[in-house]
Amino acid sequence: MREFLLGNEAIARGAWEAGVKFVSGYPGTPSTEIIETLATRFPETNPRWSTNEKVAFEEGMGAAIGGLRTLVTMKHVGLNVAADAFMVFPYSGTNGGFVVISADDPGMHSSQNEQDNRYLARVAKVPVLEPSDAQECHDFMIAGLELSEQFRSPVMLRTTTRLAHHKGLVEVGERADVPPREFIRDPQRFSVPIYRLIRRPEVEKTLTAFAEYAETCPFNRIEEGADDKIGVVTSGISYQYVKEVLPDAGILRLGMTFPLPANLLRDFCAKYETVYVVEEGEPFIEEFMRGAGITNLTGKELFGVIGEYSPGRLRKTLGLGAPPEPFTNDGVNLIMRPPMFCVGCGHRTVFAALRQLRVTVSGDIGCYTMGALHPYEAEHTTFAMGSSIGVAVGLEQAGHENTVAIIGDSTFIHAGIPPLIDAVYNRSRLTLIILDNSTTGMTGSQPNPVSGKDVMGQQAPQIDLEALCRASGVENVAIVDTWDRKEVVNVIRRAVSFKGPAVVIARGPCQQIPEIKHSHRIPFFIHEDLCTQCDACFKVWCPAITRAPQNFPVIAASECTSCTVCAQVCPTDAIKLAEETA
Amino acid sequence: MKTYNLMFAGVGGQGSLLIAELTSLAAVNAGYDTKQTEVHGVSQRGGSVETHVRFGEKVHSPIVTPGEADAVVGLEKLEALRFAHYLNIETGTVLVNDHELVPGSVPNAESIYPRETIDFLKSKGMRVVALPASQTARDLGDARMANVVMLGALSTLLPIEQEVWEKTLKLRIPAKYLDGNLKAFESGYDAMQKAI
Repeated sequence: MREFLLGNEAIARGAWEAGVKFVSGYPGTPSTEIIETLATRFPETNPRWSTNEKVAFEEGMGAAIGGLRTLVTMKHVGLNVAADAFMVFPYSGTNGGFVVISADDPGMHSSQNEQDNRYLARVAKVPVLEPSDAQECHDFMIAGLELSEQFRSPVMLRTTTRLAHHKGLVEVGERADVPPREFIRDPQRFSVPIYRLIRRPEVEKTLTAFAEYAETCPFNRIEEGADDKIGVVTSGISYQYVKEVLPDAGILRLGMTFPLPANLLRDFCAKYETVYVVEEGEPFIEEFMRGAGITNLTGKELFGVIGEYSPGRLRKTLGLGAPPEPFTNDGVNLIMRPPMFCVGCGHRTVFAALRQLRVTVSGDIGCYTMGALHPYEAEHTTFAMGSSIGVAVGLEQAGHENTVAIIGDSTFIHAGIPPLIDAVYNRSRLTLIILDNSTTGMTGSQPNPVSGKDVMGQQAPQIDLEALCRASGVENVAIVDTWDRKEVVNVIRRAVSFKGPAVVIARGPCQQIPEIKHSHRIPFFIHEDLCTQCDACFKVWCPAITRAPQNFPVIAASECTSCTVCAQVCPTDAIKLAEETA
Repeated sequence: MKTYNLMFAGVGGQGSLLIAELTSLAAVNAGYDTKQTEVHGVSQRGGSVETHVRFGEKVHSPIVTPGEADAVVGLEKLEALRFAHYLNIETGTVLVNDHELVPGSVPNAESIYPRETIDFLKSKGMRVVALPASQTARDLGDARMANVVMLGALSTLLPIEQEVWEKTLKLRIPAKYLDGNLKAFESGYDAMQKAI
């Protein structure tokens, strides 16, 4: 049977078919749909959202060592968080099959950096599989678990945004019944630090075995060329572009990109006058080939390291015709549509307050990075998950006393707790705002420990943020309704002027949480008789408020979430609940 | 057979992704190898959304190359303009919903929004068909069905039988919206027949 699946759905389907019995991960574009698909369609795989990628990885290690076929998912920067465990797992190796998804984001569609995690895998000495289409996302997921068991090693399945987020036809199968493997106490294998000297040569033995396997493995495939002029070594989605642009070239498609097959590469390249190495991201394959003594190749100096590849880009690079450009060159103003806070978003009042208070703002990873943009322009720095707090502490040391760190609930749970404790311990005057919207918003409303729900939508223990902050040593903790704009300003002002660490929890659920999005709400309405067209409501920057033909503001009733913020700013009280005006 | 290249453009919330998916599913149901891709941005709504669909005997890249699209379907005029360079100017058609959505997050957007899209694209030698899909959908009772009106128009350009489209809509659209959407599809189909 064939299904039309997203790359991520194909991975989920493959995991289910392979008999996976434990799945953990943290949401991150472009990996999120894997666990979402498992939760909605394949709950017998036992999926969960963990608090961060390190925790997810370690839970996965435990499950796999304990004997289960296991999948752990994360985006590329998530693997940085999990790296501590990732680097040491190969020293013990696994028991049940273990695959970690690294979803890289060439082009940085939804990420803060471009990072090629094949390098991380090489440092960890973990083999890498790279599918080229949705079918292979499915097939390599299954094969990865089998390889993992065969070589007793963790395996990385590396996807990229275009693979994870494209749809194609996938031949699917049924779920295999894979009984758990027995876990026998073996300290010389699983208590790594004590027995590291015994384990170290084992890591090399496994890697050597993989390198031998790579020479003949079914993932690396040769397609003969029409002649001996051009050969192409490629991997991942780039393979598809090569097929479009150079249909007659000989191709060595590498489905396993670490360890790489030196002999296979040398033999292939010897057959062609020129070899192009077409790989998105860094010159990972290319550097290996040069190291293996292959000289008739052209790679990054031609194709570049930055951004996504495409058939059009390859064609242009190879001088095969430049595709037309957007009409900006004709003087047309193709104004962008920059992202903005949703209708009813509770972050709006907080950034309006921060702008008004003119403080230094250290931001974090979430929708609220938009606080750096028009119209708020309130953020000064943003880097990585949880970094708002540490950076604020450092800015304070550099003399910026009125620094406010701002972080969402999910990001705070992910990586905000150790730096908060550090701030208290090192006597910082930190002001921390936790934007508590009870969900992981930017990746599409995944529940987290603050939500009171688990991945299956079932009720789950709810972490008390206020008690957590108090237990971390913060005595000044205030909670404010995020839609009460005056009170938001007052509470933040008090926290900033407080001579010790202070936390403000700005609370109000994300309007994209499905139950909230689909709940019935009475919209607000602008009474034209009372409206003086002062435009105060426009300065709320709510996308539901637009200008009607006679210049009056108008609220789109179907979009209004009844958050009340525009009604609070209206000086003539012209904005009323629709019912009141009837 | 040739591979069909389609580009769908719209503003988040208009349902361009849905009609791209319906097109892909119809192509699958008609027996074609099919690929689709879109970019998931950080914006929940109000952002520019582009979806690529390709189908044929064997499809490799999910990405459509500028200059090669058989149709650019724009649910909004600025978005049609943004992606019109994807059109194969010799053989393709720009299908545009005669509807403007001025970006809310850009200062002075009202005054800088490009207004002469259709004439401009025609001046570039493009075959442009503008349809009042939002108005048609509103007349049918739900402005949100503008996307399916445009899908009905697109269907006249593709080698997929009307029965397959109907079957695909029935499988994908929830029962309570199905009748309205079938009517919207038919309106787009009829409008396109008249326009060409």
